[in-house]
Order: sequence, then structure tokens, then C-alpha cells
Amino acid sequence: MAFISKVKKNKMKKNAPAASKEPVSIPAKMTVQKLDFFYGDKQALFDINLDIPKNRVTALIGPSGCGKSTFLRTLNRMNETIPGTRMVGTVELDGMDIYKQFNDPSSVRTRVGMVFQKSNPFPKSIFDNVSYGLKVNGIRDKKLIAEVVEQSLIQAALWDEVKDKLGNSAFMLSGGQQQRLCIARALAVRPEVILMDEPASALDPISTAKIEDLIGELKKKYTIVIVTHNMQQAARVSDFTSFFYEGVLVESGRTKTIFTRPNKKKTEDYITGRFG
Amino acid sequence: MSTVAGQGRITPVTGAVLDFKPKRSGLIPRSLTAIAIGIIILILAVIMGNIILEGYGIISWEFLSHPPEQGMEAGGIFPAIFGTVALVILMVIAVVPVGVFTAVYLHEYTRPDSWSTRLIRVAVNNLAGVPSIVFGLFGLGFFIAFVGGGLDSLFYPDEGPVWGQPAIIWAALTLALLTLPVVIVSTEEALRAIPTELKQASYALGGTRLQTIRRIVIPQAAPGILTGSILAVSRGAGEVAPIMFTGAAYYLPYLPSKLNDQFMELGYHIYVMATQSPDIEATKPILYGTVLVLLMLTFALNSVAVIIRSRMRKRRGVY
Repeated sequence: MAFISKVKKNKMKKNAPAASKEPVSIPAKMTVQKLDFFYGDKQALFDINLDIPKNRVTALIGPSGCGKSTFLRTLNRMNETIPGTRMVGTVELDGMDIYKQFNDPSSVRTRVGMVFQKSNPFPKSIFDNVSYGLKVNGIRDKKLIAEVVEQSLIQAALWDEVKDKLGNSAFMLSGGQQQRLCIARALAVRPEVILMDEPASALDPISTAKIEDLIGELKKKYTIVIVTHNMQQAARVSDFTSFFYEGVLVESGRTKTIFTRPNKKKTEDYITGRFG
Repeated sequence: MSTVAGQGRITPVTGAVLDFKPKRSGLIPRSLTAIAIGIIILILAVIMGNIILEGYGIISWEFLSHPPEQGMEAGGIFPAIFGTVALVILMVIAVVPVGVFTAVYLHEYTRPDSWSTRLIRVAVNNLAGVPSIVFGLFGLGFFIAFVGGGLDSLFYPDEGPVWGQPAIIWAALTLALLTLPVVIVSTEEALRAIPTELKQASYALGGTRLQTIRRIVIPQAAPGILTGSILAVSRGAGEVAPIMFTGAAYYLPYLPSKLNDQFMELGYHIYVMATQSPDIEATKPILYGTVLVLLMLTFALNSVAVIIRSRMRKRRGVY
């Protein structure tokens, strides 16, 4: 079973050293081309072209309503859960069109996971929350499930806090813990890409710092795309930044460049806080 | 500080009313509504008081566990209780799956403003408005004459009516039709209360729509579905019109044991004793007792619905 070998591989690579020097060009994990998106008659995204670099954190920034969350949802077909929407263009994962070359949305979503703005644990136990994704993907082996649940909770930096109460309700955790539980839940499916929609916007500074540290850890194994309203957060956690404005991708590049020498006037105005 | 007539003093900065006195004009709506409530409570008290006072004397184990005797002027009502319970069990088996699936379809698979959804909703609402006697006639025409008669001519052409006659299954199906809107509406309400975020989370983990419905939506909606089912039972248990043509019997010396048997039922038994009895004075205490039993049964079912719902809500809060 492909899944088991993947789990084992992850275990072995656990202490692989991170690349110390940033290479000049990084292979793209996902490629978006000529993407237009519509809510009914209203166009929300205009001709988006973007490469998501592998094993890096890409931040999507921009004022409210600029389309960054909408864009995020097109990367794992979550946009299809909203009735009345329409999409044109291609989104590729490792060169495969996720809209045409995958059988159904759920097979895309097991490879491109998602963490939401508001933590949304299921009204189940901590264990059942993390194992949910495994169960809906047809994994029945109890030993394997227990192993993956533990690993995922360790990866999400939550294991030490919950290991003695896995049977307790997820609702008994604090807000920050719930959000890390949601991250663990997403990790349990062993996705390759993780989409995060303002994952820390509802959390206190300490919980936010924990999530940010976690993102830094996770990028060693996963490709991460994060939507954030918080400029400092984008600067802290991301390697690449894309600035959206009114449905258009204004500028995109290395975070350092975007935040120090942006090419476009609009980008500079936004990151210096002149609007938004 | 200024004073407004009938409103008390108002502080200049915050506008807070310091010493509020109701205006005299408030007295009329207030007393009218109080009188209305008083009338309702009084009527309820008179009905309940009358039934309890007249009925409770006859209620005993003998009354509950024995069949009627001497043309219903003596004996108990056990066959009617048995028939009522059997009837509503069959009805629940028929109505809950259909009602729940309809609600899930309406809420999860259709767009709420689409033409077909609105049509189904109008149909459900109209179903709830159809007088129950019409359901009875429909059951007679459709279930007994058409379905039952059809079965007979297909499988039992040489015998007398086997399925094409009043029977507990046809009465249960007729009642199921009558109570379908109750189940659909309460299930839909429960579905509406489920946060979208939970469904989104399931989809984002690779759950299909069916898995999401089975593992997240239905368990979350379970208290609502259960409440709807119990309300359907308490509604169905008290209906007489739909079953009088479709299966209820005046008197039977045996209990129903097959789906095509006739049966006795509490509501119909009350109707029979109140209208067909040769000696009204002799049947009167039995009549009161039967009414009390029926009331207690529906009241108990409603209470069970309330208790289960609040328990499940509490458990959901913890879990």
C-alpha cells in the first residue's frame, strides 16, 4: 500500500538537514495558468498565473475581498463546494491538471490539504478528529491509524499536551490547541501541499507564535500556501509572497524582495500600510 | 434633566431612563394578552380536569391488559393499545427513512433557490395542509384498491382479497404520508443548524459528499431527526380519520399478527364507543379511561422527545 511506504519514508527522513543555502530556482509544486473565477456573473479572479514552489511557504496577501482566499480554494477544488461558481484556466499539481486529470475532488484534496481560518474540529474525540481523514480514505488498519494519529499530533506540536486525553472531546481544547488539532488532522492524510486560510487570525499572540513556528517546521516536508492579513506574519513565515488586489495578482516574488524592493507602486502602498 | 410624559426622567448625556412608569395606554394590550392566556389555560384545565377526574377511576391493570367485553360495556382496552403501538411502529419504519432522505436531498443535493427544490417544498407544505379524512380516502383508493388489489390480481387471482382489504400495513402507510411533513421539516431544521465549516472540513480531508453526510451530517442531525420522529408518532397515534377506512376495526377477538390483519386502535375505539354504543351510560367510564390513556400516551411520547433532544444537545456540547 502506497500509504504505508509513505509513512515509513517520512519517519526515516525525520532528521534530514534543511537546505542551508537557497538555490536560485526552485521547482514548482503547483502551477496555475490563466485562471479566471466567477461567483455567478461577478468575476472574482482575473487571469492569475503563479507557480507555487516546492517545500517553501508562499504567502498570499492583499486587502479583504481581493480574491486571495478564493484563489486558495481553487488549489484544492474547495471552490466547487460553493454553488453558483465557475472557473476557467488550469491548476496543475506535479504537472497534472487537478480539474481534468483527477477523478474527483476528494482525490485532489487528499494531496492538497487545508486548514481553515476558524478552527473547526469535529464534535468527536481528539483521536477521532485526527483519524477522520484516514477513515474516509479507506484505511481500516487500527495499528496504522494509531501510529499516524500519534505522528500527526507530534508534527503539529500538540502531542505532549493531549497524549493522555486522546479520548476527550476536541471542544475541550483551547482555541490555539484546536487550530493545531486541525493542522494535525490535515497532516494525517499525508498531503503534499497544505493550504492555510488565515490560520492564526483568531488566536492570541502566543498561540500565533506556536502556529508560525510550526509552519517553519512543516515546510521541510510540505509545500505550504498561506493566506494572511498580517503583514509581519507574511514577512516572518514565508519564502515567497504574492500580492492580490481586486482579483488581480499584482506582484509575486521572494518575500525579501517584495517587502524591501517591490516593483509595483500598489504593492509598496499596501505593505507600507497606505491602504488596506 | 428633562422629563418626558409617561417615560420618566432621562439623563442628558446617556439618555438613560431613570424612573420608568408605564403609560396608561400600555394597560389595554397588556390586559388583553393576559386575558387571552387566561382563556387558554382555563380551557386546558377544564378539558384535562374533566378527563382525569372521570377517567382515572377506571384505570387499572385489568383495564389495560384485558380485551373489551359485553359489547364494550365492560372489560379493558388492551387490543386497542396493542394495535396503536403496532401501527405507529410500522408507520415510523415507513416515514423516517423517506422523510430523512427527502430532507437530506433537499438540503444537501439541491440548490435552495432552484425550481425543483421550491416545487418539492411547496408539495411538502401542501401535504401538511391536507385534511386527514382526505388521507383516509386516498389510502382506501390508492393503497387498498390500487396497490392491494393489484397484488391480489397478480399473486392471488383465485382467492378472496388478501392484500386488497383494510389492513394494518395500509393504515400505517397512510399515517406515514400524513406525518411525512413533520419528519421532513424537523430534519431539515436540524440540517440547517449544522455549521458549514464542519462539512468543509470533511471535504478538505478528502471526504466525499456521501461520506460527509454519513459521518458528519446525519450524526449531527440525529437529535432533530429523533425529535421529528417522535412528534410524528404522537401526531399519528391520535389520528382517527386516516385509519378508519384503511384498517382499524370496530372489534376484533384476536390481536393483529400479520401485515394484512385488521387492528383496533385507541382513537378509533374512542370514536366507536362515543358514537356506536347502545348504552351510553355504561360505556362512559370506559370511554373516559380510554381518552385518558391516549392522552397519557401522546403526552409521554412528547416528553420523551423533549428529554432525548435536551440530552443529545448536552452530549453534543461536551463532545
